[in-house]
Amino acid sequence: MRTSRPRGRPLLRTSYAEDLALLDTPAKRVSTAVLLVAALALPFLLADDLLQLLAVGCVAAIGAIGLGLVTGYAGQVSLGHAFFLGIGAYTAAALSGDPDGRVIGLGVTDIALWLPAAGLVAAAAGVLVAPLATRLRGLYLAIVTLGLVFIGQHVFNEWSALTGGAGVGRPAATLEFLGRPLATTDATATRDQKLFWLMLALLVVFAVAARNLARSRIGRAFTAIRDRDIAAGVIGVNLPRYKTVAFAVSSFYAGCAGALLYTVTGFFDPGSFSLLLSVQYIAMVLIGGAGTISGAIAGAFFITLLPRLTRELQAWVPFISTQPNEVPNVFQVETILYGVLIIVFLIFEPRGLFGLWVRARNYWKAWPFSY
Amino acid sequence: MTELTESLLRGLGTGSVYALLALGFVIIYKATRVISFAQPAFMLAGVVAVTYLAPAVGFWAAVPLAAVLTGLLALGVERTAVRPMVGRPAFVVAIITLGVDVAVRVVVNAFIGLDVRHVGDPWELRTLALGPVEMQQRHLAAVVAAALLVGGLFAFFRFTRMGLAMRAAALDQEAALAHGVSVGAVFAVSWALAGGLAAVAGTFAAAGASVDAALWLIALTALPVIILGGLDSLPGAVVGGLAVGVLQELTATYANDVAWLGGNVSVITPYVLMLVVLLVRPYGLFGTREVERV
Repeated sequence: MRTSRPRGRPLLRTSYAEDLALLDTPAKRVSTAVLLVAALALPFLLADDLLQLLAVGCVAAIGAIGLGLVTGYAGQVSLGHAFFLGIGAYTAAALSGDPDGRVIGLGVTDIALWLPAAGLVAAAAGVLVAPLATRLRGLYLAIVTLGLVFIGQHVFNEWSALTGGAGVGRPAATLEFLGRPLATTDATATRDQKLFWLMLALLVVFAVAARNLARSRIGRAFTAIRDRDIAAGVIGVNLPRYKTVAFAVSSFYAGCAGALLYTVTGFFDPGSFSLLLSVQYIAMVLIGGAGTISGAIAGAFFITLLPRLTRELQAWVPFISTQPNEVPNVFQVETILYGVLIIVFLIFEPRGLFGLWVRARNYWKAWPFSY
Repeated sequence: MTELTESLLRGLGTGSVYALLALGFVIIYKATRVISFAQPAFMLAGVVAVTYLAPAVGFWAAVPLAAVLTGLLALGVERTAVRPMVGRPAFVVAIITLGVDVAVRVVVNAFIGLDVRHVGDPWELRTLALGPVEMQQRHLAAVVAAALLVGGLFAFFRFTRMGLAMRAAALDQEAALAHGVSVGAVFAVSWALAGGLAAVAGTFAAAGASVDAALWLIALTALPVIILGGLDSLPGAVVGGLAVGVLQELTATYANDVAWLGGNVSVITPYVLMLVVLLVRPYGLFGTREVERV
C-alpha cells in the first residue's frame, strides 16, 4: 500500500516498498518522463545518419547493461563480453538467414523468435563458463574470460559455414515481426527513424528488467558478492548459484545485443568480436559508472558517439587527419581516447559519468552553500 | 623422430620468449598484486625501438638500449597511472593497465606505419645442424638469452639489497615498509624490469621475421603461461613458458592431421590448456594457494 509522503522530505521513507521503488521521487518521475518523450521525438529532429548511430547506441546500451550486471553489480570482471556478443549475433543470423544462401540459415525471420533464442544460447554459454567463475576470483577470472575471446575468435574464423569466414562475413538477422518488415523506408517514416524507435523500445524493456533484477533479492545478492564475497557467503548467499546467475543474465543481455547490433548495418564478419570490442564494453561500463544501469546506458551512448565526436573534433584540431594512412588520424585518436578515458575516469572519478551527475546534483541541492 | 625433435627445439625457442614475458608479469604481480595488461604494449614498444636503433648502433647495442628505454617507459606509466591507485582493488588497476595498453599500442603502431621493419638480428632464418636435426639459430639464441637473463634475475633477487627488498615486499608489504624497505622503489624497479624483459622477449619474437602490429598477441600468450606456472612463482613462469612453447609447436606440427580443428589452432592451444589447468589446479603448478581469512 502506498502511503503519501510529506512534501519536501524526499529521503523520508516509511516502508520497504518506498525504499525499493524504481522512481522514488517526483523529480525522478518527471525527468524520466521528459527524457523518454524527448527520445521519442528525436527522429523528427535529427538527420538519419545520426539516428542510425543512436540506434547502435541503444543496442550497445543493452550489451553494456549486461556487462554492468556481472562486473558492476556482481563484481566479476569479465573481458569475454565480445565472445557472448558473437554467440548471440551468429545464433540470430543463422536462425533468420536464407536457407538457400551461402552460409547456414534456417529461415526463422521473426524477431520474436530469434532475439530470445540468441539470448538463451548466449546464456547457455555463460552457464558453461560459470563453473570457472565460481572457482576463481578477480584477476584469474579476467584472464580466463580473455582466453574465451581468443578461443571464440578462432572458432568464428574457422567455422566459415556459419560465419562466412574471416574478412568475408555474412548478413545479419532480418528485422521482421509477424511477417511484416520492421525497418524499411515507407511513406510514414524512414528506415533509420523506425530503427531508432525499435531499438529505443527494446532498450527501455531491457533496462527496466535489469533495474528490477538489481533491486530484487538476486540484485542484493550480487552487490553482497561484489562488496565481500566471503562475507556474503557467511550470511547465506549461495555463491556458486548467484555467480552462475550473474553470468547467465549478463550473457543473455550480450546475446540479445549482439543479435541486434549488426541488424543496423546489415552485415558483419568474424573479425568484429576481438578483444577491442570487449575493451569497448568495459570502457562503457567504467566510464558510465559501474554498478548503475543509467551509468551503463550513458557510457554506451558516449562510447558509440565517440568516433563521431572525434570526427567533429577534427574540424577544431587540424593536425588530425581523416586519412587512415596518415599520422595522426581520427581512428588512432579514437582508440587512444578509449584507453585514456578509462584511465582518467578510474583515477579521478571512479563512479564515472553517473558520479559526475551525482556531484552536480549534490552541488545544486545545497546551493548556495558549499556543503 | 627428426620432426618431433625439431618441433621440440622450436618449442624451446618460442618457449623462452614466453618465459621472459611471463617473468615480467610475475615480477609485477609479486610486487603490486596486479596483472599488468600493459605488457604487450611495452613489448611492441621495445621491438619498435630496436628496429629504429639497430641501423644506427647495431643489433647488439640496440637491444640493451631498447630494453632500458622500454624500462623507462614502464617506469613512467607506473608513476603516472598506477601509483595513484595504490590501495585500490587489484582489478581496477588491471583495467587501468588495459587502458594504458590500448593507448600506448596505438602510438607504437603509428611508428611501425606501413613499412616493413626488421629488428636487424644476425640470425635471420639460418639453421644449425645438430646431427640429423636442424635448429634455427634464432631459436637457439632465444634459449641462450633467456637462460642468461633468468640466471641474472635469480642472482639479482638472491644476492643484491634491492632483490632482498623486493622479496621482502612481495612477502609482506607492510612488514617490509616497517623495516625501512622503500616499497615505492620496489614498485618502480619491478615495472622497469618487466618493461626491459618485454623488450628483449619481443626482439627474439620478431627475429627472423618482420615487425607488425599483430606481434602484441604473442605477449598475451604469457597470460596462460603464468596461470599454468602460478601467478606468483618465478620458476613457474620459466617452466610454464617452456611448456607452453613446446606444446604450441607440437600442435602446430601435428594438428594439421586433424582437419576439423581448422588452421592455426596452435594460436589458441595455450588458452585451451589454461582452461584445463584452472579446472584441475586453480593456482597453477607452483602458485601459492590463496588463503581466505574471515
